[in-house]
Amino acid sequence: MSQSEIELPFRMLPQLGTRSSFFWTAGERGELTFLQCGDCGCWIHPPQPICPRDHSKNLKPQAVSGRARVHTFTINHQPWMPGPELPYVVAIVEIEEDPSVRLMTNLVNVEPRDVHIGMPVRVVFEHHPDDGGDVWIPLFEPDSERC
Amino acid sequence: MDANEIIERRSCISGIGQSEVGRRLFRDPLELTLDACLAAVQDAGLRIEEIDGLSTYPGMGGPAGFSGAGAIAVHDALRLELDWFDSGIETAGQLGSVIKACLAVGAGLANHVLCFRSVWEGSAQGEKGRAGVMPGGGGRASARAPSGFTEWTLPFAAPSAAVWIAMFAQRHFHEYGTTREQLAQIALNARANAALNPKAIYTEPMTPDDYFAARMIAEPFCLFDCDVPCDGATAFVVSRIERARDLRWPPIRVEAVGTALHGRPSWDQFDDLSTMATRDAGAHLWRRTDLVPSDVDLVELYDGFSFLTLSWLEALKLCGVGESGPFVEGGKRIARDGELPLNTHGGQLSAGRLHGYGFLHEACVQLRGDGGARQIAKPNPQVAIAAAGGGNTCGCMLLTRE
Repeated sequence: MSQSEIELPFRMLPQLGTRSSFFWTAGERGELTFLQCGDCGCWIHPPQPICPRDHSKNLKPQAVSGRARVHTFTINHQPWMPGPELPYVVAIVEIEEDPSVRLMTNLVNVEPRDVHIGMPVRVVFEHHPDDGGDVWIPLFEPDSERC
Repeated sequence: MDANEIIERRSCISGIGQSEVGRRLFRDPLELTLDACLAAVQDAGLRIEEIDGLSTYPGMGGPAGFSGAGAIAVHDALRLELDWFDSGIETAGQLGSVIKACLAVGAGLANHVLCFRSVWEGSAQGEKGRAGVMPGGGGRASARAPSGFTEWTLPFAAPSAAVWIAMFAQRHFHEYGTTREQLAQIALNARANAALNPKAIYTEPMTPDDYFAARMIAEPFCLFDCDVPCDGATAFVVSRIERARDLRWPPIRVEAVGTALHGRPSWDQFDDLSTMATRDAGAHLWRRTDLVPSDVDLVELYDGFSFLTLSWLEALKLCGVGESGPFVEGGKRIARDGELPLNTHGGQLSAGRLHGYGFLHEACVQLRGDGGARQIAKPNPQVAIAAAGGGNTCGCMLLTRE
């Protein structure tokens, strides 16, 4: 069964055609990508037109390892939006390459009660075929190799 | 710092006003706004013709109910003749609009600035509750998340500050051992005070058992850690100090304000999620005064979510970093008869989400000694702090009684 035949959870998808489109489509290659400054090497998130450190415009999306740690999280019980099964885990993860670069995300393939701050996690992508352009949502699961 | 450069000290709060407040009033929000504005002008003992400045947060726009009126609507409805006006959301929290008024009168742009904040979130949610005003609340909407910060939250079903601030609280719990029992004191204290506030939304007694029996929203927050949407408006007159000497009330002086934001203005990229923006604004306030935290008689600290009050206690150096949990433990210290009375009107948790302005209103009431049944026990309070906001935007004011 192809992924598009699996019942996908409802997600409000991000717009494409913006300066962050590369982020939402890199999952097609299985890659988590962030802007990196070609001059000073710093990682920049969310995407912006210039490097915050040296104001260089020599910025390119670069893949990172996809490994991260849970900086903080919440087990959410409130049905804010249609779609997700309750409860679900919202987390802010810090990426391995630079812990000051964080992503808000959902943790999957884990019992909410087993989540803890500092937990090693790795990216998995949820592919959403859509008329407005396919999107790959980066979610995170426990990294069994590092747990 | 040269005291002459602290131009907020040339300002004072000369009048305060508040409309009817209710869970769902289904009244014209502009009418509520004007009720509060006229009450504040009358309370000051001014004539409407003497108002020459206008300031508000956030201006029109935003989600349904978030703003009951913008500056233009009030300007026109009262036929004001203004020398200065301002409105906007990108400022030092809700009180940023009052702080700007203090600076405007200090700079001589106006003599009497009317400030207001008006909400009708209770009515806007109607029967659908909070989901009724959330993105996608209409069903499986095909709309995409707008670019900007919500681009990074909506795809993860995290549209609410409740979720984001719950994660800050969780981080604080992790770093400092803060507990839900300690957090509960913010909600319990608020409810105890609300019982003596005729305008409060929730006044029935709340016990620790009630708190722990409440349904969870986003851990560690339960329902009672989240403020209650309501309808109502609050207004102030900010006057040039020499123009306020002969008005109805002794002026409430503005000793110093805090507006700093040094960390990234982001709900998830801020360097220390256990503090967020309160840290910088609180430190800024103390750099602008010779008063010290032990001079403070009472505090009215934002509680849109209970954890933000703990964050403010630390940011304002009323306790050590990481020590807010033990500081409020048991609740005696922060009660009306304690050493540092807190949120004496019931906060937004129980008195209603008047969104920042309610704290400043109550600080003025208490400094005037006009709190009636809920007036704090210590006699003649002289120094108070009103602080509003949290997350990536906030501001605070140190007030003294003339």
